Amino acid sequence: MATREPGGRAQSGRSRRDEEIDEAPAAEASAEAAERHEKLSEDVDDLLDEIDSVLEENAEEFVRGYVQKGGQ
Amino acid sequence: MSVRRVMGTEVEYGVSVPGQSGANPMVTSSQVVNAYGARPELTRGGRARWDYEEESPLRDARGFSYSGALYDPAEALADEDLGLANVILTNGARLYVDHAHPEYSTPEVTNPRDVVLWDKAGERVMAEASRRAATIPGSHVIHLYKNNTDNKGASYGAHENYLMRRSTPFADIVVHLTPFFVTRQIVCGAGRVGIGQDGNTPGFQISQRADFFEVEVGLETTLKRPIINTRDEPHADADKYRRLHVIIGDANLSEISTYLKVGTTSLVLAMIEDKALPGDLGIADPVSELKAVSHDPSLKHLIRMRDGRRLTALDIQWAFYERARAYAEARRGEDEAEEVTFDVLDRWESILDRLGRDPALCADELDWVAKLRLLEGYRDRESLGWASHKLQLVDLQYSDVRLEKGLYHRLVARGSMKTLFGEEDVRRAMVEPPDDTRAYFRGRCLAQYASEVVAASWDSVIFDVGRESLVRVPMMEPERGTKKHVGTLFDRCASAKDLLEAITSG
Repeated sequence: MATREPGGRAQSGRSRRDEEIDEAPAAEASAEAAERHEKLSEDVDDLLDEIDSVLEENAEEFVRGYVQKGGQ
Repeated sequence: MSVRRVMGTEVEYGVSVPGQSGANPMVTSSQVVNAYGARPELTRGGRARWDYEEESPLRDARGFSYSGALYDPAEALADEDLGLANVILTNGARLYVDHAHPEYSTPEVTNPRDVVLWDKAGERVMAEASRRAATIPGSHVIHLYKNNTDNKGASYGAHENYLMRRSTPFADIVVHLTPFFVTRQIVCGAGRVGIGQDGNTPGFQISQRADFFEVEVGLETTLKRPIINTRDEPHADADKYRRLHVIIGDANLSEISTYLKVGTTSLVLAMIEDKALPGDLGIADPVSELKAVSHDPSLKHLIRMRDGRRLTALDIQWAFYERARAYAEARRGEDEAEEVTFDVLDRWESILDRLGRDPALCADELDWVAKLRLLEGYRDRESLGWASHKLQLVDLQYSDVRLEKGLYHRLVARGSMKTLFGEEDVRRAMVEPPDDTRAYFRGRCLAQYASEVVAASWDSVIFDVGRESLVRVPMMEPERGTKKHVGTLFDRCASAKDLLEAITSG
């Protein structure tokens, strides 16, 4: 596929499968990803607690009752 | 040469009255629209009707001319007799009932940031409409959802409109836009629990709409939906413009999803108009690949290309991105919206980069990833399977327009979702039009001379200023009637009569 270089912009951190990737930036990128991932999952528990407090009662009935006429 | 072009969105909202499964959706949708139409700034002197009459050519250099032709109010009234509610807002938008759904069409804007702002204003309009409808004695609570399916086989649209040069061959649009549309969902999909039109196969997919598309090109919008829609009704000078009507997108809550959806599409259209794309990205079977891409949130699916290559949706998006970047770089200094163009490119690059490393890295920016994070959280914590009603509820309630109930809005409130605009900006956009299109003229007429405006449409405003016949001001040029053109006229004209006199004498 065409890989026209976009005006000499830095390409670091990109993980295109058809580009050579230096090992160091790749490791750095995955460490950064792992760190961000961890922070996000710590957050998820609080998040779900909060979402639980606003979710509609009786999920089955609520979801079943949501019936639409088709549109465009 | 840039993201700049006249564009807008039109979103059909899901409408539901809990506990009242027999409620007629057309009646309910009308109640919603009429409740909003009762806002004070819209009722001074009676509500203006939508004008369906088609247009006459442009005569005035500023984009409107003054026609003394007789206007037949009976035609406009016929529509209201059917009970189909229709309100023109002071921000230049249209709020109405379409196909048993309340629908909000943004005013015409000129760039992706403004699409986001006036599209988001539409969500607040719907939320307020529902709140107002509930205060009418004897009425039930009406819930509104910015989504695209009920997971029981019905789908409803979130369309985009882009003004294009008439001279661009439609065949070129089809060639280049098809692979772009099959793959852009990895950026702007809204996420869905359930596979298949009726959602009966358990699982998660990237797009709300993908399973409802059956053909590559066509005119239909409600059945046999096509990836490329051929409707051609420009609401402007048809010799100069075509309006590309895009029906394949999901209704987005995320501002960044909406921004990239319209921003990247507008850039691809600019490259098509300038013949800057080589056309080497043909997909062998676009309709089935559209679904296959949607059904694979790991983004590993390999799409079979016409030339035999196998590429992921990400590969194809990268190819479009790189060409768009080179195209924009080569035109630096010529683009009056350069800042927005490069902001779209930078964000697009960043999103593709993170999607390639781990899609979860986009959980605070993209709808499908944000939704998937919630769903996976519940699956882990409560050992739920994809057929779980709770997961289906999370999918549905993500799009609830109420700030206190909608899960997207809860994510924003706790800082888990990035936005482009503050709440004040959005509130202002509910009542104020954009400055730089004819929506400015329409909106200010409604805000200032409501009692003298009898009807309006995308390309006209009709006044009753006490003469024998009504006066119709055509607006066939979407980029005229702007604040720059007519702002001072509005400041100095106390009545529509004064305005019309100023227009003709000027």
